[in-house]
Amino acid sequence: MNTMKKKAFEIRDMDLYYGNFQALKQLNIDIYEKDVTALIGPSGCGKSTFLRSLNRMNDLVKGCRIEGDIRFDGEDIYAKDYDIITLRKNVGMVFQQPNPFPKSIYENIVYGPKIHGVRDKKTLNEIVERTLKEVGLWEEVHDRLHRSALGLSGGQQQRLCIARCLAVEPEVILMDEPTSALDPVATSKIEALIQELKTKYTIVIVTHNMQQAARISDRTAFFLVGEILEVDDTQKIFTNPANKKTEEYISGRFG
Amino acid sequence: MRSGKVIKSKIYFGGTWVIAAITLAVLIIIIGFVLVKGLPHISWEFLSQEPSNMGREGGIFSVIIGTLLCTLLAVLIATPIGVAGAVHFNEYAKEGRLVAVIRFFTEILAGIPSIIFGLFGFAFFVVALGMGWSILACGLTLAIMILPTIVRSTEEALKTVPMSYREGSLALGSTKWHTIVAVVLPCCRSGILTGVILGLGRAIGETAAVMLTVGGALNMPTSLMDSTRTMALHLYTLANEGISDEKTYATAALLIILVLLINTAADLISRKAMKDS
Amino acid sequence: MTKRPKMDEELAAINKQVREMTDHIRKDILNAVDAVVHQDAAMAQKIIDQGDEVDDMEKAINSACFHFMATQAPVASDLRYCISVRKMARHLERMGDHCEDIARYAIRMKEADITQELRDIPYIASMASRMAENAIDSFLNQDQELAKKVWKADEEVDEVYRKVFEEEMQMAAQGDNPEICANLAFIAEHLERIADYATNICEETMFVLEGEEFDI
Repeated sequence: MNTMKKKAFEIRDMDLYYGNFQALKQLNIDIYEKDVTALIGPSGCGKSTFLRSLNRMNDLVKGCRIEGDIRFDGEDIYAKDYDIITLRKNVGMVFQQPNPFPKSIYENIVYGPKIHGVRDKKTLNEIVERTLKEVGLWEEVHDRLHRSALGLSGGQQQRLCIARCLAVEPEVILMDEPTSALDPVATSKIEALIQELKTKYTIVIVTHNMQQAARISDRTAFFLVGEILEVDDTQKIFTNPANKKTEEYISGRFG
Repeated sequence: MRSGKVIKSKIYFGGTWVIAAITLAVLIIIIGFVLVKGLPHISWEFLSQEPSNMGREGGIFSVIIGTLLCTLLAVLIATPIGVAGAVHFNEYAKEGRLVAVIRFFTEILAGIPSIIFGLFGFAFFVVALGMGWSILACGLTLAIMILPTIVRSTEEALKTVPMSYREGSLALGSTKWHTIVAVVLPCCRSGILTGVILGLGRAIGETAAVMLTVGGALNMPTSLMDSTRTMALHLYTLANEGISDEKTYATAALLIILVLLINTAADLISRKAMKDS
Repeated sequence: MTKRPKMDEELAAINKQVREMTDHIRKDILNAVDAVVHQDAAMAQKIIDQGDEVDDMEKAINSACFHFMATQAPVASDLRYCISVRKMARHLERMGDHCEDIARYAIRMKEADITQELRDIPYIASMASRMAENAIDSFLNQDQELAKKVWKADEEVDEVYRKVFEEEMQMAAQGDNPEICANLAFIAEHLERIADYATNICEETMFVLEGEEFDI
């Protein structure tokens, strides 16, 4: 079935170095449109580094060098003339710690659209309402849009960050352990939200929670010391992984 | 044994209490002394009239104006430069060799005696650039003097802005510059303001650097190129030349009130900023 | 591989229960065949009396697996093993039921005092019991080759059973004691069922090993 799906990202022979240290080795993976792809693996295995190279956030890291071919919608995103601003508009990101700006809820959401040239007040209002409804936050906050976003609970803040990301109408949403700072109730709300979002967006999620990967993802990639050891349908990974190390890791016996 | 420890602890507590009380007492005595001697001589006339007869008579209106012009000019010049410098050090130039050198000199700049700034201002602005004794020369000199304070407090504030705010903004497709202007600097508002007010306080009380760059004219300034006199300089001159005890203390009292007001304002602003975030 | 001591401990406990149950069933099969061959009514009665023990063992294994899955959330091979063990226990319990039935026929024949040659029964009995042994070993040792051997043997057992059944029907028609013929035919049928369960156990072996459902 996956062969029928369109590829959002195509990664071929990717290497990533921090100075002389090679953090990612010969990665080959396809990320399909409107799939939830989970990246799992022990700490320091390179899964977050890989995630951050998909919207070129690693550009911020000094001495970071990438080789190989990373294509988004068929285009090499590390090509010299590739527009990083457009890339980040199309490939949004949600972080481990909810990071709303210390501004009002409204200002948080219109921040992105304003960067990309939306000025019309009515359009901005519509974006705020649409995205807050999409993340299921509208009912909770519609009467305090102009209050500080920092007054929201952790789970609400994270959903606001997702709404902020949706406001620029991305194709792909990268999520870096989005629930690791949240309690189980807030976590299950985010997980349910991810299931809804995948009808419209491609999602790549890094998670330390194996059960979360099993619950919400269509495909799972297992990272170990900078390599992808196995990538396959999530069902296959969790019932009958091909690689012994994958099995050890997902059954919690790694080490 | 046990009672010995209790007694010891009581002695320590008593000791610190006494020292704290002494500190407070000194402060109250100084402020009280100046206010008691000066307040009775502060009147509407004193505030609104220009000085006459070398300051023996009349008020200090032109001196107040001179003070405000010099210090505000200094702050207006130093704030954008200081903030821009701090942004450059902290956001762009990160941890290069040059930054380390510049930072080192900034620290030294903060420790230089103010009379040296006065001397430099006199030689450079007043003489070399031909500004003469003027508000402009004084403002520029004071600006250099308070620059390190503003740079330092802005840098401290920038460091407290979480990396995640910057990442959040960049990930939405914002440029680095827009991120700094729209997200990072607004978070630093109170930190920058605190630095500015500390600088303002330092400039308002400055005498040595002012003396050598602004001259000391008593008439109302009409342009930035005019010589004038700040309150601190006026106070110094009155006392030094034994011109008028009354006017000296009245000026001192006014200066203290002004400084207290500035500090209270700084306190209120930073408290409000705390509540906002 | 001891990052999850609690999980490994519980798995070991389940494994131990499975071995105890298989030991019990191995003995039941051998005893049931013995009871028929040697007309040993006491032995047969013992098998029937111990029938409840097998039921209890199955229940204990099922609930251990259930709790293990709920609390340890096993995945991959642990999960496959756990699911297979539950089915395996069911197959073993069924084998036990058939042993009881065979024991009842042994008693009936003894009571009717039918002493008579057993024709092909010892042959089919030895085949079925060897298949059961091999199936159990294939599961306990995760031995794919042995499992395949059991599948092959099953075809032979089916053939022998068909032959026995037809022969007994013929004998009865030719005027042999119809009760004896019926008894022997039923015993053969129960032995054939035991062989079927042996192949089912082998399917579980393959599921644990390959992660796919096999159907023979």
